Amino acid sequence: MTDMTVPAQINHTGSLDRARALAGFKFGDRTFYWMTRISALAVLCILGGIIISLIIGALPAIKTFGLDFLVTRRWAPQLSPSPVLGALGPIYGTIVTSLIAMLIAVPVGIGIAIFLTEFCPPAIRRPVGVAIELLAGIPSIIYGMWGFFVLAPFMTDHFMPVVIATFQHVPVLNVIFAGPPSYLSLFNASLVLAIMILPFITAISRDVFQTVPPMLKESAYGLGCTTWEVVKNVVIPFTRAGVIGGIMLALGRALGETMAVTFIIGNSFQINGSIFSPGTTISAAIASEFAEASGVHMSALILLGLLLFVLTFIVLAAARLMLARLQEKQGK
Amino acid sequence: MKLRYALFIGEEAVLPRDMKRCLMKFSQMICSALVAGVAMVGLSSAQAADITGAGATFPYPIYSKWADSYKTETGNALNYASVGSGAGIKQIQAKTVTFGATDAPLTAEQLAKDGMAQFPMVMGAIVAVVNIDGVKAGELVLDGKTLGDIYLGAVKTWDADAIKKLNPNVKLPSAAITVVRRSDGSGTSFNFTDYLAKVNADWKSKVGVGQAVEWPVGVGAKGNEGIAGNVAQTKNSIGYVEYAYAKQNNLTYASMVNAAGKTVKPTLAAFQAAAANASWKAEEGFYQILTNQPGDASWPITAATFILVYKDASDKAAVAEALKFFTWAYDKGGKAAEELDYIPMPANVVALVKAMWAKDVKTK
Amino acid sequence: MNALYSARARKDKIVRVLCFSAAAFGLTWLALILFTLFSKGFAGLSPEVFTQMTPPPGSKTGGLANAIIGSIMMTIIGVGIGTPIGLFAGTYLAEYGRHEKLSFYVRFINDILLSAPSIVIGLFIYGAVVVPMGGFSAFAGSLALAVIVIPVVVRTTEDMLLLVPNQLREAASALGLPRSLVIRRIAYTAAKTGIITGILLATARVAGETAPLLFTALSNQFWNVNLMKTMANLPVTINNFVQSPYEYWRQLAWTGALLITLAVLALNVIARLLGAERKQK
Repeated sequence: MTDMTVPAQINHTGSLDRARALAGFKFGDRTFYWMTRISALAVLCILGGIIISLIIGALPAIKTFGLDFLVTRRWAPQLSPSPVLGALGPIYGTIVTSLIAMLIAVPVGIGIAIFLTEFCPPAIRRPVGVAIELLAGIPSIIYGMWGFFVLAPFMTDHFMPVVIATFQHVPVLNVIFAGPPSYLSLFNASLVLAIMILPFITAISRDVFQTVPPMLKESAYGLGCTTWEVVKNVVIPFTRAGVIGGIMLALGRALGETMAVTFIIGNSFQINGSIFSPGTTISAAIASEFAEASGVHMSALILLGLLLFVLTFIVLAAARLMLARLQEKQGK
Repeated sequence: MKLRYALFIGEEAVLPRDMKRCLMKFSQMICSALVAGVAMVGLSSAQAADITGAGATFPYPIYSKWADSYKTETGNALNYASVGSGAGIKQIQAKTVTFGATDAPLTAEQLAKDGMAQFPMVMGAIVAVVNIDGVKAGELVLDGKTLGDIYLGAVKTWDADAIKKLNPNVKLPSAAITVVRRSDGSGTSFNFTDYLAKVNADWKSKVGVGQAVEWPVGVGAKGNEGIAGNVAQTKNSIGYVEYAYAKQNNLTYASMVNAAGKTVKPTLAAFQAAAANASWKAEEGFYQILTNQPGDASWPITAATFILVYKDASDKAAVAEALKFFTWAYDKGGKAAEELDYIPMPANVVALVKAMWAKDVKTK
Repeated sequence: MNALYSARARKDKIVRVLCFSAAAFGLTWLALILFTLFSKGFAGLSPEVFTQMTPPPGSKTGGLANAIIGSIMMTIIGVGIGTPIGLFAGTYLAEYGRHEKLSFYVRFINDILLSAPSIVIGLFIYGAVVVPMGGFSAFAGSLALAVIVIPVVVRTTEDMLLLVPNQLREAASALGLPRSLVIRRIAYTAAKTGIITGILLATARVAGETAPLLFTALSNQFWNVNLMKTMANLPVTINNFVQSPYEYWRQLAWTGALLITLAVLALNVIARLLGAERKQK
């Protein structure tokens, strides 16, 4: 028969230790919980900080120029008594370079993704994939350097004159492709940008292509479809949201890229329709002029930074939503 | 499957277990060594007697040569950030450096407002540099009006009549001229546009004078170095740089037609002939523009470059150190300056400057 | 054969060729860039690069020692500041707040910060740190790098912690371990290699960043290890040297670019090799 009476010399310190230990655990839990929670909130604070500091910095420019800032082309920071500054040049350059970069990078990027998932012999699949991802790892200043010393001279000396001569008499295109060919031009910058964002589109497209259930593809193959028909009719419609999300992510990158573009774009605030002439983008304008700007000039540059941030925010938010929709579709 | 976009953790090689362990230990070792090194070093205090300055790229070649010799002789370093006159003025106004350097001198009113003293350090010349196949240094002749027209975009190709008239014996290609100008606020631009405004009425009315004007055409480059680098790299281009940049980098400079109608090559004698016309006045902050000076042998785009210090700075010891460097440069740096074709300040001006320091600039 | 069939086969072939040329196109650019970088960079590689300071213009000797040390210092400090914050934030998202509304917003904002233009971050640090501090400093530069590191580390930490099977956590809780210790002793240990991979990738990312340092740390032509002053660093030094007309400066710029690329690639390779262990499990 078990003796259920408690022994007289019960060690009370045992339960005291236990209580202390539990209190310690509770304290440790609380501390750790709050440390992690505050860090998570810090992420939100960083975003808030960015927006607030940009707005504070841009206020003088907003007060001086108002909405006219967006449609003025003239950029004269040294004018006295008060400078005349307009964002049209940088905004135009940013949109044009990103657009051309996307026009080049999207078909090529998706093409490479299709190649890697469908056509590539398994032996070279991994090396090629890794090689494309290496492109993403190269720092952007090297793209700028390479573009300035190698790509720009080559394109300007050999490619541009051919295009200018070809389209000389075509009504609309002869404005877009007008000479004289300039080493530092929107087109050269767009080309370098395209090579930079290529790996992003490829990586995301490859990831989403691999999420297509093999069953769907097998069924299509079973019906006698060629590989291209499977891609066109099964893979791409299934992953459409993901691919578009990836494209918008790459667009967000292209809009904000600074160093690859600054070297090759030519820093000119003129707008004359030809993509072979120099121009500027928002980030290139800030990078070139910020170090010596003061007063309203600096405030205008910060306002440009704010515009860029808002623009990329919208694009990246849209990308996120697209990609989330794809995950929903997969039932996550 | 989780979407791992933007991070590229793709399919990887498989590594044997012990090698991976070795790799982890190795990287841990490197990490701790680096962190320890950084911790030991990161909180140490600054170098002794560092003179800080920022500003014009125009005199940077001679300032850095002087800084090197000064460091060898005295052990004190000069930390000069060659960021352009505009940035230099901004930094000295923000008091982030001990002295500012600019080729666009401030007027006496501006100096009084900021409480700064200004004095000329050295003089130099701006030359037009070109990159045309087959044209050698000094061969091409340009006059002020044509140079202005090129920069206005009115003269678009190298074989235009205006250029051919000045260069009957030079073979000029029928290529478009790529104009290179400054993208940053520049005293060099200030002097260059001042010259163009004096000799080209269109330039004066359409663009005007300034450290950063609304350039009608051209690609923007940062600093004298930027223009020099761009012109060296781009065929059929033209730019304007301080002569030392053209000399040091073997760029093809152009000869100019000066105010007296004579064609001059950029030589030290030509620069000195232009500089001889200067009259320096301490009361005006030694304000001086030397473009388009008279004289048969004068180089038309000569300029002086200036230093700005606070009369009553918060760190007077730093100003004292800076003035010691400038004294050394005045007294001993003349030969080095002439080697780079800069003109050292004449002795009487140096005396005026030193008198101004003694009177106006507090060093204790 | 059937005309329709041959038309379809032809289209398929054309697409194959196009996709193959797309891949060749991409790889050609990579080869060209790496070739230029390696040939021009190696030409200038010598012990001098690691032992001498950045030279004045026109000089024929000199190296990148101060820039290399400056970059290493700022990268380490930036990663050192950003990693704990990112680690804890990622932990919160994966452990405590997995299904909370707050976490949804934090993840959303984090993804946006992940791809935010780095020049905007430079502007933010300029306004928030450089102006109040009264001058440029390496500390501000490190903070800018930290802001770039945080989203990367948050993302990888959360991803890796979510991969740890819940049974491990439940078993530890059943044995009486409090929540914080479950996370610290069990989840972290299980996800350790993944988290370290994330930190290495973040380091690789900031090693090459130029724009955030342009107006925070500036650059310095002399040796300086004082965090409160401007400090030389490789990317900004390369930026200053590369467009100059001086041959030697340009050579140093290419060599510096090669060093950065090799460091970034090495970090990526180490990260991948470490990540492989996760796959093995």
